[in-house]
Amino acid sequence: MNMKRLVFVFLATASIAQAAPKKVNLVIQTEPPQLDSSKATDQQSNFVLGHILEGLTRSGKNGEPLPGVAEKWEVNDKGATFYLRKDAKWSDGKPVTAKDFVFAWRLAVDPKNTSEYAFILYPVKNAEAIVKGKKKIEELGATAVNDTTLKVEFEKPCGYFLGLTSFTTYLPIREDFYKSRNGKYGADAKDLLANGPFTLTRWVHGASLTMEKNPNYWNAKTVKLDQIDIPYITPDNTAQFNFFKDKKVDMIERLGKDDLPLATKNGFKMKSYSDGSVFYMEFNFRKGRPTTNKNLRKAIQLVVNMDEYITKVVGIPGTLPGKTLIPVWVRGVKDRFRKEYPYNPPKMNIAEAKKFVEAAKKELGGSIPPLVWLTGDTNFAAREAEYFQNIFKTHLGLELKIDKQIFKQRLAKMTAGEFDIVAAGWGPDFADPMTFAELKTSWNENNRGEWKNDQYDKLIREAQSTSSVKKRMNAMAAAEKIMLDEVAIVPSYERTVIYIENDRLKGVVRKQIGADPDLTQATID
Amino acid sequence: MLSYVIKRLVAGLVTVFFIATATFLAMHLVPGDPISGAKAMSPEIRANIEARYGLDKPVAVQYVVFLTNMMKGDFGISFTQQNRSVNDIIAGHFPISATLGILAVLIAAMGGVLYGSIAALTRGKWEDRTVMFLVILGVSVPSFVFAALGQYVLTEINKRFDTEILPVGGWGTFSHMLLPALVLGLGTMAFLTRLMRSSLLEIVNQDYIRTAKAKGLPTRRIFFSHQLRNAILPVITFLGPAIAAITTGGFVVESVFAIPGLGRYFVQAVNQLDYTVIMGLTVFYGAFLVFMVILVDIIYGFVDPRISIAKGKA
Repeated sequence: MNMKRLVFVFLATASIAQAAPKKVNLVIQTEPPQLDSSKATDQQSNFVLGHILEGLTRSGKNGEPLPGVAEKWEVNDKGATFYLRKDAKWSDGKPVTAKDFVFAWRLAVDPKNTSEYAFILYPVKNAEAIVKGKKKIEELGATAVNDTTLKVEFEKPCGYFLGLTSFTTYLPIREDFYKSRNGKYGADAKDLLANGPFTLTRWVHGASLTMEKNPNYWNAKTVKLDQIDIPYITPDNTAQFNFFKDKKVDMIERLGKDDLPLATKNGFKMKSYSDGSVFYMEFNFRKGRPTTNKNLRKAIQLVVNMDEYITKVVGIPGTLPGKTLIPVWVRGVKDRFRKEYPYNPPKMNIAEAKKFVEAAKKELGGSIPPLVWLTGDTNFAAREAEYFQNIFKTHLGLELKIDKQIFKQRLAKMTAGEFDIVAAGWGPDFADPMTFAELKTSWNENNRGEWKNDQYDKLIREAQSTSSVKKRMNAMAAAEKIMLDEVAIVPSYERTVIYIENDRLKGVVRKQIGADPDLTQATID
Repeated sequence: MLSYVIKRLVAGLVTVFFIATATFLAMHLVPGDPISGAKAMSPEIRANIEARYGLDKPVAVQYVVFLTNMMKGDFGISFTQQNRSVNDIIAGHFPISATLGILAVLIAAMGGVLYGSIAALTRGKWEDRTVMFLVILGVSVPSFVFAALGQYVLTEINKRFDTEILPVGGWGTFSHMLLPALVLGLGTMAFLTRLMRSSLLEIVNQDYIRTAKAKGLPTRRIFFSHQLRNAILPVITFLGPAIAAITTGGFVVESVFAIPGLGRYFVQAVNQLDYTVIMGLTVFYGAFLVFMVILVDIIYGFVDPRISIAKGKA
């Protein structure tokens, strides 16, 4: 009798526990434009896709690859073999197979599919040739040996390939489902299949998204949240703040500078993390530009004090002054890259800077024309431009002409080279110094200043053609030293983000790579 | 009547055509294009995308293609939301903006007529002065300030009573609409109040009002049957474009209250140079505005018998 009662009490408590689902409410800036992983490029899409899909690997807290759909793998100079777990399932119960990866990757490089991120698959054999229309998509170096074995051939040795396998473009897509959507794959919740910790159950365009725990996920027992609800979509910082204050959302992913005093006043506990992006002044090396003069660039490098700049302009506590193109969080051989290969740019020295600017004047024929500072149309961009304008004028007698442009026009002007200095920045695609180092190669379209150095190019090519970690890191460190000694850029800061979350929310991981914030292991009391 | 309406509609179509052409030209003259992003693309990837959207063809050809498709009612696929058509976007989000806009105009019109009448009837007294002070405030303070302020006050009230008096944002029920509609309508309400007041004051000295007074009609009857009916005409003239402007210009309010209206898609499209969405929404908004103006002219005939559009004397 007692036993029966005990069982009853136990069952009753269990059902009560079940009745209160663990639910987190979020607000996001903009909605994902669409959720076809072969085409996604933006932060919001990466966030949602990172929760509903799982690649061969998952990226850990520091970007390290952890087993995902693949249980184990072998990687060498020629290629890699991935062994998929047998219990990985899609949300409709069918198994995730090696074919799903082959299909997704072929889709990404298919010229007809026009994926902007097709280049991220270039380490896979023939990918680039397929994008260029020179080879057939069936020739891509990825083969499903059987349902659970995926064989990948490399174009050339790729030391960071494993890190790529958790990237959005590398996520699996199932062919029969994709084709059944008639070109609408990823357009709505019903047009998506999940194999990750959550499924997208509702998507009202422009208004809300709801993700629910995926019972078919192979590792579902580790997923503690039942639901991630996004009832609000707005880019307005103040509105986001009000939603948090009104307890409608459990987290604000990114606080603006102006929200910090408000957050303090309301007693919200603020947290911070580095989002992995680095910002810098990029000089124009096109013919006829005054910034081709090294003495002028040296003068600019020596006249700025990035610590002061961060206090006066950036205003986010914890922001790191820029020192190199490769930010401090990136890993090298065994430790952080910057620890293993330290580089210290010269400190502010106004007297020296003045000497350099005089030398530059002589070389440029007596005077230096006003320099064009190309930047965006945000308040921050204006503050920053005016700060440097003042410093250049006061200490170096240099005129800075500020060219404020909206996003697309700024891009057009950057590409056309209509600037002397552009306020530039870069966010990483994968957890390897290469995601930054490749930027300044002469063949990279993002090298908007068109700085060109044969030695730099050679070293990066070297790093790209070996899988020896040590050799790769050495080459990239040597290349970076050349670039910084030449003052091709002047790093300004590494971004820190301040955010607030509900005290009851635990286990949220903020990351530089992949889905950020990562709520796959989070819980709420 | 019918021939007048047809004439106006044809003129409207021509207007829309010119709007479309001017927008098309302006859009292509602006540096930049819809497919460039923060991360530059390699030439081969770019070429593939350009070919997909027909951007590799000369602008003149693109224009002809656009016009042909427009005639068929097809505005194409959005560049940024790659598998949504512009028609889908309009169908999904215009009703939301329209609902909010109509509610805002209703609030504005009722408030404007009411406060304008109060001010006119109490001319020079403290009531009049208070209303006119609020009008200046309403006209000069932009809606984003009212939006942020309204939302802030609401969060404070909700906190004080520890319950949800009204939702601070989002969309779904009538209660979600109230505050945004009020905020959105405030500027128009202020303008209408001033318009109503001056219009009423102009009429007060008309002969027919004096006659009515001399006949010994009760003040209330004079006000409702003579003054109000005549004074409301300019308000109606203003309402047509106001509905169009409010329905299409609610971007800031939509953004603050996280409302999935069409406004944000338009602003986003302009920022992203999303050619198809810009063209689709401009033509749609243009047609909407033209239609509202025509509608107002027709309504005129019913409100004021002196205006007879049937005989083309309007």
